[in-house]
Amino acid sequence: MKEDISAVDFLDIINIVKLQYGYDFTGYVQASLKRRILRFMSRANISTVFDLKHRLVNDSELFTRMVQYITVNVTEMFRDPRFYRTLREEVLPKLAAYPNIKIWHAGCSTGEEVFSMAILLQEAGLLSRTKLYASDLNPMNLERAATGIIPLDNMKDYTYNYIQSGGLADFSNYYTARYDNVLIKKELRKHINFFQHNLVTDTVFNEFQLICCRNVFIYFNRELQNHVLQLFHDSLSPRGYLAMGIRESMRFADIHKQYETVHGQEKIYRRK
Amino acid sequence: MKGAYDIITIGGSAGSLSVLTGLLDALPDNMSMPVVIVLHRLRNVESEMGRLLSATKDIREPEDKEPVKDHHFYLAPQNYHLMIEADKTFMLDYSELVNYSRPAIDMTFSSVADVYGNRALCILLSGANKDGAEGLCEVIAAGGTGIVQDPHTAAFEVMPQSAIDLCRDVKVLTIEEIIKFIIFET
Repeated sequence: MKEDISAVDFLDIINIVKLQYGYDFTGYVQASLKRRILRFMSRANISTVFDLKHRLVNDSELFTRMVQYITVNVTEMFRDPRFYRTLREEVLPKLAAYPNIKIWHAGCSTGEEVFSMAILLQEAGLLSRTKLYASDLNPMNLERAATGIIPLDNMKDYTYNYIQSGGLADFSNYYTARYDNVLIKKELRKHINFFQHNLVTDTVFNEFQLICCRNVFIYFNRELQNHVLQLFHDSLSPRGYLAMGIRESMRFADIHKQYETVHGQEKIYRRK
Repeated sequence: MKGAYDIITIGGSAGSLSVLTGLLDALPDNMSMPVVIVLHRLRNVESEMGRLLSATKDIREPEDKEPVKDHHFYLAPQNYHLMIEADKTFMLDYSELVNYSRPAIDMTFSSVADVYGNRALCILLSGANKDGAEGLCEVIAAGGTGIVQDPHTAAFEVMPQSAIDLCRDVKVLTIEEIIKFIIFET
């Protein structure tokens, strides 16, 4: 028999987390969040929802572990190579017109996408005048991202992705391999500022020419999608770019009229 | 009149492509319910899998939050898990691999069990790992129907055999029998 969390219990959990720890998951898609809470319970040997609630109220360390489990921390370098090719060919040449470039990676997880962006900028000769802001709600992801360390096992796939994205350099120039890990070169990382930002509860903090928020909207319901799209709208300079995941769509959000489509297939939009 | 099922979901891996092509060709173009296909695929390689699967049927890869519509054929996109939400919209998920796979058949079957209950028909074809078995059990436990391709006729028997070993009341049918079942009993 499959365990389940009733609608009432689910709301209770959301409320405890919100009131006690300030993380608001109200607008998250329920099916996947429930699934991940159940997965956390089984991993933490918590057998009933009652126990989970009780422990969440009394044990902040348990909450820290739960955040790690219920947020999705999967990422890849140069995921969807064609998207990066489009950035290279169509977006970066436009950004080159700005004397100083500011880019925000919202929901950066452990940093793989922002490292990829730094490589693109380097190859376009733009990195030295770009500031990259990379945020996530999960502090453990940010700690990891700031180290610049990536498991060596992944590099074969990433090298393949990099080449597919139109990369012409030797990919291994961008990192140093040591034992089972690689370290992304400091020259790339020094342009990146990692910091905690929660798209649900935090507000505008700067103005950007490009915001990348890929595969984050899939976890938000429509109301929250609209809220975040408004936040991005307010954070973009006029005619600034927004990139979403290639299977995410703005057409189901009310706010889509405030954006124009630059590249429909790769989900690159522009603030009107 | 509405038939017995509101959705058909088909999962497959190694060795399933040719049988799936034959199966799709044999089905009418205008099915009364959505047909959702989940195949194990390479993750960052451009592919025209939808077109490869059928020359005659329009098979689309859904976007996140797209409504699940009757009469449509869908294919799970590369590198996402595909689930269905309670409001009958697609939900894509970019979480860890499940059974070394993304998309994982288990994830889709499991959400279909939750949302469609006894109105779900799920079919598991040839494959070289056990993905889909647990999900198929959930579908059957929720009152839906679970069918596997007869392992003796499958190029790789592990996938259908795992479901037979794990679930009670799973129907074991040849491809011809599966086609007949879909045409006459749905």
